[in-house]
Amino acid sequence: MADLYSIEALRLSLADMTAKPLFGAAPHIEILRGLSFTIPRGAVVGIVGGSGSGKSTLGRALVRLLEPSGGAIRFDGTDITHLPEAALRPLRRRFQMIFQDPMSSLNPRHRVATIIAEPLRLHGFDAIPDRVARALDHVGLPAHFASRYPHELSGGQRQRVGIARAIALEPDFILADEIVSGLDVSSQAQVLNLLERLVGDLGLTLAFISHDLSVIRRLCQRTIVLHRGEIVEDRPTADLFADPQAAYTRELLEAIPLPDPAQVWT
Amino acid sequence: MAEAKAIDGRSLVRRRAGLRLWLSASWLGLLCLVALFAPWIAPKDPLAQDLFLGRLPPFWMPGAEPGYLLGTDSLGRDVLSRIVHGARVALAVALIAGTITCLIGATLGLLAGFLRGWVDMIISRMIDIWMAFPPVLFSILLIAVLGPGLVSIIIAIVVIDWTRFARVVRAEAMAQGAMDYVASARVAGRGRPGTMVREILPNVLPTIVVLLTLEMGIAVIVEAILSFVNLSISTDDPTWGGMISEGRTSVHQAWWVLVFPLVTLFLTVLAFSQLGEGLKDRFDPVLR
Ligand SMILES: Nc1ncnc2c1ncn2[C@@H]1O[C@H](COP(=O)(O)OP(=O)(O)OP(=O)(O)O)[C@@H](O)[C@H]1O
Ligand SMILES: [Mg+2]
Repeated sequence: MADLYSIEALRLSLADMTAKPLFGAAPHIEILRGLSFTIPRGAVVGIVGGSGSGKSTLGRALVRLLEPSGGAIRFDGTDITHLPEAALRPLRRRFQMIFQDPMSSLNPRHRVATIIAEPLRLHGFDAIPDRVARALDHVGLPAHFASRYPHELSGGQRQRVGIARAIALEPDFILADEIVSGLDVSSQAQVLNLLERLVGDLGLTLAFISHDLSVIRRLCQRTIVLHRGEIVEDRPTADLFADPQAAYTRELLEAIPLPDPAQVWT
Repeated sequence: MAEAKAIDGRSLVRRRAGLRLWLSASWLGLLCLVALFAPWIAPKDPLAQDLFLGRLPPFWMPGAEPGYLLGTDSLGRDVLSRIVHGARVALAVALIAGTITCLIGATLGLLAGFLRGWVDMIISRMIDIWMAFPPVLFSILLIAVLGPGLVSIIIAIVVIDWTRFARVVRAEAMAQGAMDYVASARVAGRGRPGTMVREILPNVLPTIVVLLTLEMGIAVIVEAILSFVNLSISTDDPTWGGMISEGRTSVHQAWWVLVFPLVTLFLTVLAFSQLGEGLKDRFDPVLR
């Protein structure tokens, strides 16, 4: 089985609370409208699309923070589409997530050591202090950072802790949702380098959500373009950049300032 | 750059000594000792009357008797001894009522704010209904039904004031529940009860501690008010509220009977309210 994830006709609708009438149920809005794609083991897949196109929703469905309303998500052969939380729990170690806002995704009143160790403890790992130390080492943080609180770290360091927490569990898959968009340019580069190295070292499968096409171009072998909850293009990144098929992809490509020496400003 | 400096030093910065924590904790600690050892500390029997020694002034004024440091009331009872014994009721009510109120209110608030849904619906409706009762009237009514006594006062405080905790903790838990670290705990495979206790609770605890000490101060005041209107424990046992009530009638002839218990009460309530803030400053890892 080469595909880690296989997604078929995935649909997801959420209750739109802002349009809820005084009495009765809120209307549902379709956010994902029948997505089908696969993520092969070891692949780095980019997911791009405009704001509100459903990237985060898709990501949260992949790690089952959201339950799809239709279709199927198979993870390594197991159908996790509607798996209840209790049955999901032993599987959860295998698909992890790195969040966009590292301040909000690290518990402000836990030390870095606790933040990384708690998930390990939940999944019954042994030699936890060693594993914490190794995870910190992997992401290039000094060991004494273990006793710090998140507010005692810089933005880039916090994001590294988020990465350390995810990789410590030795997952098969990591979802990274806009993980560098909150960082300054130099921290962005560092975190991306780190991620690139980790994918190689640990043999991770990665889904990388971003609206920054230059980041996607550098990191991902394959790119899925999402538009209004539908896949408009799903091809190897190089092909996609060289010869965008969908009109929407062309629009996206035109919107980003890629270095283009032929460009003439009028 | 502030960030650059933080890499090395922020965790090493020592907290301010916390004068308010030390002052409030010392006063309350002293009061606890006094309450515990009241029979040995009090110079006189707080109930012993001596009409020949009525309305003696405190020690620095002309006409004071040695042994009656803060003077006597109109029945010749020693004011200091009565304050010392009054600390027992005041602190018992503060600690017991404050703690029970906190446990019930904070638990309900945490459940409502974190679990949302029908649990929140029920608890929020209860809070709304409770808030519709005027508290003073409610407490007097309750005491009238339960009959005066220490236990009745504690029950009245708990029954009336749990909403104070529930409301605040519910709102705070709700805000915390929306944070990504809660989603992250779920991704890590933590169940709902575990998330509530291990992730949310540490983040609402500072608020709970502040509310708890405030509530202890409020409990002291409530007990004093109920003593003042003669609804507290039996009138023989000295209470600060009872002393204030008695002192009020003779304030022109013997101000000390009113003023000393009033000052003690004031300091105690102040100390309780400052203790919570002081503890938060000292022990909350997140600098505010
Ligand atoms: N809880 C929710 N209830 C109702 N609608 C929602 C909810 N969450 C998201 N949506 C809607 O779903 C759509 C997709 O949201 P999503 O967060 O997946 O977008 P996104 O592609 O990640 O955008 P961005 O690049 O801005 O992060 C948006 O139109 C959004 O308004
Ligand atoms: Mg998003």
